Amino acid sequence: MSNDGIIALTWNRIRLLKESPVGMVGAFLVLFWVFVAIFAPWISPYDPNANDMEALMSPPTGAHWLGTDNSGRDILSRIIWGSRTVFQVAPIAVLCAYAIGCMMGLMAGYYRGWVDDLINRISDIVLSFPAIVLYIIVIMKLGPSAINIVIAVIVISSPQITRIVRGMTLELREREYVAAAKMRGESALYIMLVEILPNARGPLIVDACLRLGYTTIAIGVLGFLGLGLPPPDPDWGGMVKETYAMMSIFPHMSLFPAAAISSLVVGLSLLADGMREISIRD
Amino acid sequence: MLAFLSKRIALLAFTMLVVSALVFAAFEFTPGQVARKVLGPFATQNQVDILTEEMGLNRPVIVRYGEWLGNTLTGDLGYSTLYKTEVNAIIWDRLGNTLLLAGTAFAVIVPLSIILGIAAGMREGSALDRTISVASIVTTSVPEFASGVFLASIFVIWLAWLPGTSPLDTGTGWSLWQQLILPVAVMVLYDLGYVVRMVRASMVEVMTRPYIRTAVLKGLNFRAVILKHALRNAMIAPFTVILLQINYLVTGVVVVEAVFAYPGFGRMLLEAALAQDVAVVEAAALFAVLISVSTQIAGDLGYMMLNPRIRFS
Repeated sequence: MSNDGIIALTWNRIRLLKESPVGMVGAFLVLFWVFVAIFAPWISPYDPNANDMEALMSPPTGAHWLGTDNSGRDILSRIIWGSRTVFQVAPIAVLCAYAIGCMMGLMAGYYRGWVDDLINRISDIVLSFPAIVLYIIVIMKLGPSAINIVIAVIVISSPQITRIVRGMTLELREREYVAAAKMRGESALYIMLVEILPNARGPLIVDACLRLGYTTIAIGVLGFLGLGLPPPDPDWGGMVKETYAMMSIFPHMSLFPAAAISSLVVGLSLLADGMREISIRD
Repeated sequence: MLAFLSKRIALLAFTMLVVSALVFAAFEFTPGQVARKVLGPFATQNQVDILTEEMGLNRPVIVRYGEWLGNTLTGDLGYSTLYKTEVNAIIWDRLGNTLLLAGTAFAVIVPLSIILGIAAGMREGSALDRTISVASIVTTSVPEFASGVFLASIFVIWLAWLPGTSPLDTGTGWSLWQQLILPVAVMVLYDLGYVVRMVRASMVEVMTRPYIRTAVLKGLNFRAVILKHALRNAMIAPFTVILLQINYLVTGVVVVEAVFAYPGFGRMLLEAALAQDVAVVEAAALFAVLISVSTQIAGDLGYMMLNPRIRFS
């Protein structure tokens, strides 16, 4: 399939999303946070790490719309900059996990035999760890940082992606256009990447969208558990962790970041559901 | 059946062996670090070397792994540097507490997800179906620490009906059950939606089968069709999914236990990881994998019994 065809089809999908109200709500929430992340330096009222000692632990006021935290930092600004953390780490992590998962899944499904057995064994072993336990072990071993969160996501997500891609490859490799490509003498790599992978894109796009949501949750959870990004840079999970103990007196400090992360993940999940609904229809 | 079971148990043993080797390699490959962790950053290199020698840490890694594996298999899980006691002395209590939490959550999730899934799936596309489906997407998307914050601000701070922490200590004036409500609610919210969607999908599929149409056409009322014909067949596919939730409930409790300061397995793992307490993390990781692989086997077995058309080889 030509490149233009893919773009036209993708564009068609986006236009079709209008028919799914749930998907539209999701798309709106996601676009809202993408906008916030891109324009963070211009829309954020304060420096996210600046301490306003005049307004320590202030509830929402005219000067600080969402109040300040226990170090006098503006919560609105920290939430706005925190969205950048999510959008810097999550898409890179998911993209890397997809690169590895797709390659492994394509090889397992295309070559079958011992390659398939080997890849399946490795995936089974990794998947036998509960995700949160694996996250904790990887971060404990490598130390908390953005790059190590990316590594942890790759370790945990790529075997799951491998399984999905393998299943689709097993089915797609029997199609006529694969046989035609083989007849033309195309290389195995060409067949996997140009003939099989683009035809598996529908479910993969939906999965990637959901996975972006899970990864956002994972980043938040690691921050909340004290295994996320080192302070003082704002991340939503870490903001809740720092202020959760003071909730009985200052609930706003935990409530707003919790609402921020929830709305983004809900948006991604609704968007994925909308896209799935549309892909079933055609 | 017996052949299937023995094959799965052999696979379980193999998985556990590989996992134990991975866990050991991750934490104890470099011997100097263990002694350094015990002695702290101010010990001299000479002291570290002597302790390394005394603990036998300078022997080949294979020998040390064999010894560690032997100890683990005979029930000696090592010494916790964080809790200053044998790992055996704390891990069973913690597992027991987590089982109480997980068991309660499971007892809520199973009937609730079946009722909601059936209600949504019996008339695909109805208003009830769409409401339940969207609600389950939303609740599953809210991270546990966030729903903990939301529930705590309503029921602890605003209404003051429930305690904000659950140390399982009745000296705080709250009963055991009051302390369990919020952690269970958070787990149910996070996990329920997924199971509901699985039950719903299976129910939708069953409702399109010819025997359902026959039952409707022969004049059976809708209630009888659902209860007598659809329900049983719709429960086969989600059975495995439901059993696999045990895995999440027992090992995925880290966040919930951290939110409510619940003295369970997950919080133990987290505290140990933050304090670099290797023996506890190793034991906890092995338990987590054992639970996860055993529930998978139980799920496969149950599925096979429920659905006689499927025979595993």
